[in-house]
Amino acid sequence: MRATPRFVIIGAGPAGVRAAEQIARVGHRPVVIDEAPRCGGQIYRQPPDGRRRPARDLYGYAAAKAEALHRTFDALRGAIDHRAETLAWHVEPGALHLLSGGTATVEPWDALILATGATDRVLPFAGWTLPGVVTLGAAQVALKAQAVLLGPRIVFAGSGPLLPLVAWQYASRGAPVAAVLDAAPPGTRRKAASGLFSRPALAMQGAMLLARLRARGVPYLRGARLVRAHGRDRVEAIEFEQAGSTRRIECDALAFSHGLRSETQLADLAGCAFDADATDQAWRPRCTEAGRSSVRGVYLAGDGAGILGADAAELSGARAALAALEDYGGTASTDAARRLESELLVHRRFRAAVETLSPPPADWAARTGDDVVICRCEEITAGELRRCVRETGAGELNRLKALTRVGMGRCQGRMCGAAAARVLAHATDRPLADVGRLRAQPPVKPVPVQAIGAACPGITAVPQDQRDD
Amino acid sequence: MTELRAPALRTATERVEVDVAIVGGGIVGGSAALFLRRAGLSVALLERGLCGAAASGVNYGGVRVQGRQPVQLPLALRSRHWWERLPELIGTDGEYLRSGHLKLARSEADLASLRAYRDLAREHGLALELIEGEAFRRAWPWLGRQAIGASWCAEDGHANPRLVSPAFARAARAAGARVIEHCEVTQLAHDGARFDLAGTCGTEVRSRWLLNCAGAWALAVAQRFGETVPMESIHPGMVVTEPVPRFLEVNIGVEGGGIYGRQTARGNCVMGGSRGTRRDALHAQPAAPAMAELCARMAELFPPLAQAQVIRFWSGVEGSLPDHQPVIGPSRTTPNLLHAFGFCGAGFQTGPAVGEALANWVHRGDPGVPLSAFAIDRYVSSASSSAAAPTAPASAPTFHPH
Repeated sequence: MRATPRFVIIGAGPAGVRAAEQIARVGHRPVVIDEAPRCGGQIYRQPPDGRRRPARDLYGYAAAKAEALHRTFDALRGAIDHRAETLAWHVEPGALHLLSGGTATVEPWDALILATGATDRVLPFAGWTLPGVVTLGAAQVALKAQAVLLGPRIVFAGSGPLLPLVAWQYASRGAPVAAVLDAAPPGTRRKAASGLFSRPALAMQGAMLLARLRARGVPYLRGARLVRAHGRDRVEAIEFEQAGSTRRIECDALAFSHGLRSETQLADLAGCAFDADATDQAWRPRCTEAGRSSVRGVYLAGDGAGILGADAAELSGARAALAALEDYGGTASTDAARRLESELLVHRRFRAAVETLSPPPADWAARTGDDVVICRCEEITAGELRRCVRETGAGELNRLKALTRVGMGRCQGRMCGAAAARVLAHATDRPLADVGRLRAQPPVKPVPVQAIGAACPGITAVPQDQRDD
Repeated sequence: MTELRAPALRTATERVEVDVAIVGGGIVGGSAALFLRRAGLSVALLERGLCGAAASGVNYGGVRVQGRQPVQLPLALRSRHWWERLPELIGTDGEYLRSGHLKLARSEADLASLRAYRDLAREHGLALELIEGEAFRRAWPWLGRQAIGASWCAEDGHANPRLVSPAFARAARAAGARVIEHCEVTQLAHDGARFDLAGTCGTEVRSRWLLNCAGAWALAVAQRFGETVPMESIHPGMVVTEPVPRFLEVNIGVEGGGIYGRQTARGNCVMGGSRGTRRDALHAQPAAPAMAELCARMAELFPPLAQAQVIRFWSGVEGSLPDHQPVIGPSRTTPNLLHAFGFCGAGFQTGPAVGEALANWVHRGDPGVPLSAFAIDRYVSSASSSAAAPTAPASAPTFHPH
């Protein structure tokens, strides 16, 4: 370890900002790497400079939290090294590989805090690749970053807590929300009730959202399943099924997703061990309560370590930073660390209840037709995946990838991995965890050949014993 | 949902008696199993992971005879025969494309060595054509200026290793071979007449013959029978771009090495060059300096790719020997043990013919192609004199592959 330990944080969302705050507070100067131009992450994303809007308009009831987070980060200026609009595309022991403004650089690290966040979990349906069909997250980005309302007539669909939230964000700004189609079957609210009251204020806010949507006259349909998006050049209508009957709604846009999935490629590239997680229905990097991964010097925080939401991300970001400081910064474990851990327990209980309230449809794979595109980068349908399983006996996700190209395109499985795993598990009649997970390879996101090549100090002659061709 | 379980331990052990046991389900082991079945012999193939998922399945996908050392040409040319007949052999064309292979020269010295190789290859029945000057520039105008000429082999091509290599084991299984995946061999013995194998899958295999096709891990099998060679693992660096408009209609290599490339039908450009690093006993990973160097070479030699996006870097684990030749042929210590490993990058193209040669060896006592240059005898091989006794029963009950 060098004399001054290098603390590097990936992500400037709620977890990354709170981690930076802890590290800067004791006099270290963390490097904070983020793809966005300004801090906030996805949930508290800010419009580009020069387009300031009232926080209330962008974040609704969470405006105070968003503003507090932004203020904290602004106050850290000078105490941290913020690398905005920078992609961390690969990690090796002690070396983080970055791309910024078309230039590739290497950042040394001793303690690496991965606060990489989450993206929508996409469970496709027929016609989902039509222009005008977006994820719930993308509908939020349009609103927060570009101050644009997609539509005008928009339908929101899927499951998870984001669904009523985004619908309300649009409706409250006057967007004609044609309908909200919640895949959760009726009756989940009763089952989830006791768990939801582990955080009564948030549970109340959720109930308020639904009430306000209804007050605006937005139809909120439960147990509704997307069947097909119709349209010639873009979505013109969607068809859905509820209680055995199929209906059609005319619209100009559709935003859908089924909960969130952690962004875990950097943890994977760093060599972290992964476990299958029942609540997330996904593999996530193994992590202690304190945020330590299985790899020394690598810490995990926020939704990238498992979906717990923005409030929990602030706590786990701070906690992981304290762990890193304890290991590398010469500070002792504190009561604050223990307090953060016990607070996080409440969030875990709440999260389990939210999953009960609004689970992704268990029968999604069974009801997905062969014609549905699963991997849009490589244009692979559910039928092609099933045929591969039938003809080759493929039973593991990386093998399915090798044989069909699912997850082999630009997104490297970030978009299609969850759906492909479900199709495979269903086709082989096994639990989701048994089909494995896609192994990550660098780069985390596509990088230009020339930019990476420009980082090469010079082309050397190839020794005789290394001449492959 | 629970953590992935290790393969279930079966209480009842299954015993299989076959003519030939094969360790390793890569393209060589899979091909051997297939050709042995075609000859009517019973076969059990044991593969630690999934067949065709290691070096056989993650390599570059070059299917070229050009550039092979003369001793390999008969084998490589025989393999070409099978590459042209893949669908009838394994039920898929594996995206094999007879695109031709162009080996570039960057200097007069390179051209001279390509010319010398052309003359040598002609004696083995391999026809190559030197293209230089204006004709060269007109034919491939998009190539970087440092390429000044090339040697052209019209009958070479490329294929998709992810599809081809697993298909060999699948075809073998369809032809009646017992293919057992997720089965790491943990015990291996020879009693003078029969081999006894046991693995993590709970199956015990007894056989008259044993084929060591375990790729980069084959040394453990050889050493079990008292033989060793100076094999080490290499980790070729690989990269693939997003699909780009078609421009690279040929498979390209370079005299002097450093980069090789092809474009798939979908438009992705697959390139290789430089080396990755070891990740663990079974996996390799790309190394950052090597990725940068490979990209620099790409941008230089293939200007149309400079602005393309890389979507994935990867590497694999391959066995390599000091003289860049594989070990193919009978053991010196143990009767009815055949080795085929250490292909140093040539295993994918030659694999089909190597499997055929091994099968020939077993069922008619002659490989059908000259293989003497690949005999294990060329390396001093006395790892342990006691274990080297051909008929000595295994003294240690457990076999440790690492």
